[in-house]
Amino acid sequence: MVLQSTPARAKSKAERAEAAPGGTGAPRPRTGRKRGAGRQLHGGKVTYAVLVLFSLGSLLPLVWTAIAASRDNQRLAETPPPLWFGSNLGSNLMTAWNDANMGKALLNTVVVAGTIAVTTVLFATLAGYAFAKLRFRAKNLLLLVVIGTMMVPPQLSVVPLFMAVAELEWTNQLQAVILPMLVSAFGVFFMRQYLAGALPMELIEAARVDGAHSLRVVWHVVFPVARPAMAVLGMLTFVMAWNEFFWPIIALTQDNPTVQVALTGLGRGYIPDQSVIMAGALLGTLPLLIAFAIFGKQIVGGIMQGAIKG
Amino acid sequence: MAPPDTRVRDRDRASPEGPRGNGPTDGGNAGAGRRGGSPGRVSRLHRWDAKWSPYAFIAPFFLFFAVFGLFPLLYTGWASLHSVSLHNPTQMEWAGWHNYSRLLEDEFFWNALRNTFTIGVLSTVPQLLMALGLAHLLNYRLRGSTFFRVAMLTPYATSVAAATLVFAMLFGRDYGMINWVLELVGIDHVDWENGTWTSQIAVSSIVIWRWTGYNTLIYLAAMQAIPGDLYESAALDGASRWQQFRHVTIPALKPTILFTIIVSTIGATQLFGEPLLFGGSQTGGGSHQFQTLGLYLYEQGWFNFHLGRASAIAWAMFLILILIGLINWLIGRRLQKSH
Repeated sequence: MVLQSTPARAKSKAERAEAAPGGTGAPRPRTGRKRGAGRQLHGGKVTYAVLVLFSLGSLLPLVWTAIAASRDNQRLAETPPPLWFGSNLGSNLMTAWNDANMGKALLNTVVVAGTIAVTTVLFATLAGYAFAKLRFRAKNLLLLVVIGTMMVPPQLSVVPLFMAVAELEWTNQLQAVILPMLVSAFGVFFMRQYLAGALPMELIEAARVDGAHSLRVVWHVVFPVARPAMAVLGMLTFVMAWNEFFWPIIALTQDNPTVQVALTGLGRGYIPDQSVIMAGALLGTLPLLIAFAIFGKQIVGGIMQGAIKG
Repeated sequence: MAPPDTRVRDRDRASPEGPRGNGPTDGGNAGAGRRGGSPGRVSRLHRWDAKWSPYAFIAPFFLFFAVFGLFPLLYTGWASLHSVSLHNPTQMEWAGWHNYSRLLEDEFFWNALRNTFTIGVLSTVPQLLMALGLAHLLNYRLRGSTFFRVAMLTPYATSVAAATLVFAMLFGRDYGMINWVLELVGIDHVDWENGTWTSQIAVSSIVIWRWTGYNTLIYLAAMQAIPGDLYESAALDGASRWQQFRHVTIPALKPTILFTIIVSTIGATQLFGEPLLFGGSQTGGGSHQFQTLGLYLYEQGWFNFHLGRASAIAWAMFLILILIGLINWLIGRRLQKSH
């Protein structure tokens, strides 16, 4: 609480860049926490200005994507660049949807990312529960192995995977990009961190006293408790799988693309119309942006929650 | 919440029973006794269940990792010692260390290594510094703090491909938005893609745009976990806000900062999509001025058809990552000791 009086202090140069002149009144009890650096202090005008600036920096490229997608190729080859929407959005989206195969790409990506998200969450919850709450031999060592696997770059598996896919004649088939991604070390670690704190041992014991075997415990005790974290992990995994790039452009072609593969085709001059390319980029991002607009708060919370103990 | 004391109790009870007893032994007995069934069989089943179910729960992860992670990792090492053509990948011809020695003689390998390093520094350093500053600001009591957080995280939801296509246009030489703005303030327009530094700055800016918000949230989470009394005592000692930031916030954030440095370094080493789509080809610009290791691997394997060589590049990248990990670990230990 002492902190509240500090803003009145004379400002140093460095301070002025970030300090807040605010800090009036007691912190509302709603926050009710004593932790956190400036938590009690209100942000000043400079703080807001900087944050607004960076928020604009984050959002404007996306807005401009929509602007460029609503113009035509000719207008994009003029200075000054267009700063407001034109009337071609619909036709450009149609061209991207049909000629650049974005329609099929979107459907494929929903299938791929959806499958990966579901299996990742399921397996990560099971493994995370075991690592957080059960005892077994070599547990800590195995957990270390899980964390270690996060260090292995995807480039290291591309050549053998490519050989296997060629051998199985799976090129251009969705299982080629789904199968290698069905589990994630990050997911296991994320669920372990969550369940270690959120799942009281008593609940598990009580279920066992009632004679529940381990799968029943998982179904009736672990899953209900883990549900919020499962939702967050599902969304994070979906975003990651949606944006997966390296392996899909090797395993798939423009005949049966995911969104990223189709966009790569656009970027390589598949269709030389800039406004159509921007329409494609917009189509490929829009579903995630809508999800962000709806679940943004939960996703932010999930990332922050995962970070604390990381 | 509950965890600390439950864990202690759990350990106390379970230790005399050895690794097999996981609580359910007594739980099972109690349940069986109450129901009056055949206690022996039920408890045996329960014991078996308690012993093996943890392995069953972690098995899917390890199985999949063995098949799609560990095996390919080793097989890539094996393939790197062979001459393998993309057109006939099952035909492997022993080549010894030839792929590696050839790599060391290839100027494009060193070029890619250099580019990966410089783009890595150009993208990671400003990104993490900005994230630190932004997290500090977001840690104030703010109106619309959720909006700021979501807005800054939005680029994270934008894919590499979409972001790069947009930025390639923004950085366009003749009609790009950025050159237009530069000209408004009187700076001559820049040929971003064809210059070495300018193209690397442009590629880095895509990485920075996509990841700054994410790292900001990681730092913010860590800042909110710092106990408030640390600041109170610092303020009592007469520390200014800036001094508090330097002497309380930064030290408390050390593990988090190290963590983000490691993650960003891993990402920077693998950089692929941004340089590929910024130039539109695997060469990374007309004179390979922004070709990264990932792109070089792709070019060797899928455009020059040398899968063996591509494997050697992959292992070289892996060794570099291990080296970076070791250095990070040493620095981390140093910091912890000095703290």
